[in-house]
Amino acid sequence: MADHISSSGEGHGSVGSYATGFVLAVILTVASFGLVMSHAMSPSATGGAIALLAVVQIVVHLIYFLHMNGSSEQRWNVMAFTFTVLSVLVLVGGTMFIMHDTSINMMSR
Amino acid sequence: MAQNMTADAAHAHDEHHESPVVFGFWLYLMTDCIIFGTLFAVFAVLRDQFAGGPTGHEVFELSGVGIETAILLFSSITYGFGMIAAHENKVSTMRTWLGVTFLLGLGFLFMEIREFSHMIAEGNGPDRSAFLSAFFTLVGTHGLHVTCGLLWMAVLLFQTAGKTELNERMIGKLTCLSLFWHFLDIVWICVFTFVYLMGVL
Repeated sequence: MADHISSSGEGHGSVGSYATGFVLAVILTVASFGLVMSHAMSPSATGGAIALLAVVQIVVHLIYFLHMNGSSEQRWNVMAFTFTVLSVLVLVGGTMFIMHDTSINMMSR
Repeated sequence: MAQNMTADAAHAHDEHHESPVVFGFWLYLMTDCIIFGTLFAVFAVLRDQFAGGPTGHEVFELSGVGIETAILLFSSITYGFGMIAAHENKVSTMRTWLGVTFLLGLGFLFMEIREFSHMIAEGNGPDRSAFLSAFFTLVGTHGLHVTCGLLWMAVLLFQTAGKTELNERMIGKLTCLSLFWHFLDIVWICVFTFVYLMGVL
């Protein structure tokens, strides 16, 4: 019974999976801070690189800490999440696009 | 189709003892995601409206942010260990890990409050510029969520005091808080990347 519960649904992981997620997260975080603090690349290249590292780290956290996967019991969670990500992308992207356009035309900066 | 899905859902429910509460809480987290998305959009628009005030270079201390990040990351894994103990019905182990997580969360909050009060004392409060208004709103909202998470954790520690085993309902509560806590860590990834690190580029 206990085995059965720990192999199902949300919020379940093993020490190994948490440790894997933790090590990956530490590597990605240190890489981000290292890139910025070392000034190894141009500011725009660094910006792109740390944005990419952040996206990868979010995926790592989703898989190893929030236990998202493609299994059937997770289907609705993943569907709701996908819709939310889409909404946030439209929200953030649309806001930045419109406000950038506005400020250019208003010559406010 | 609809019947199939219902049958599937019932089947999944039977087999996995999945609480609808956890799915409902997941949906709440998705709406919280939209709140943070909105605040990040606001910050993205206002991030270089300094109004003659300080820029990110002048107000952000990366070493402090690094420590805050490390604390939150550690608290994520300690909560994870707590959940593993909860599923094995080891109540006292679970409570120990939860206590550690609580202290780490408290440490994070302490550092954030110290950073905020330091900035305000130097005259760089949210009223200084649009950039700082957006900064305090975004990071402050995250801090408020952490505070709520800590209160919730304290309540669960209180409720499990003296218990020798955990029922399904308590596991559900712990699972919801674990989703909340890990979600806050994900928001923090965006905060330290897009606010702090990009602010000092």
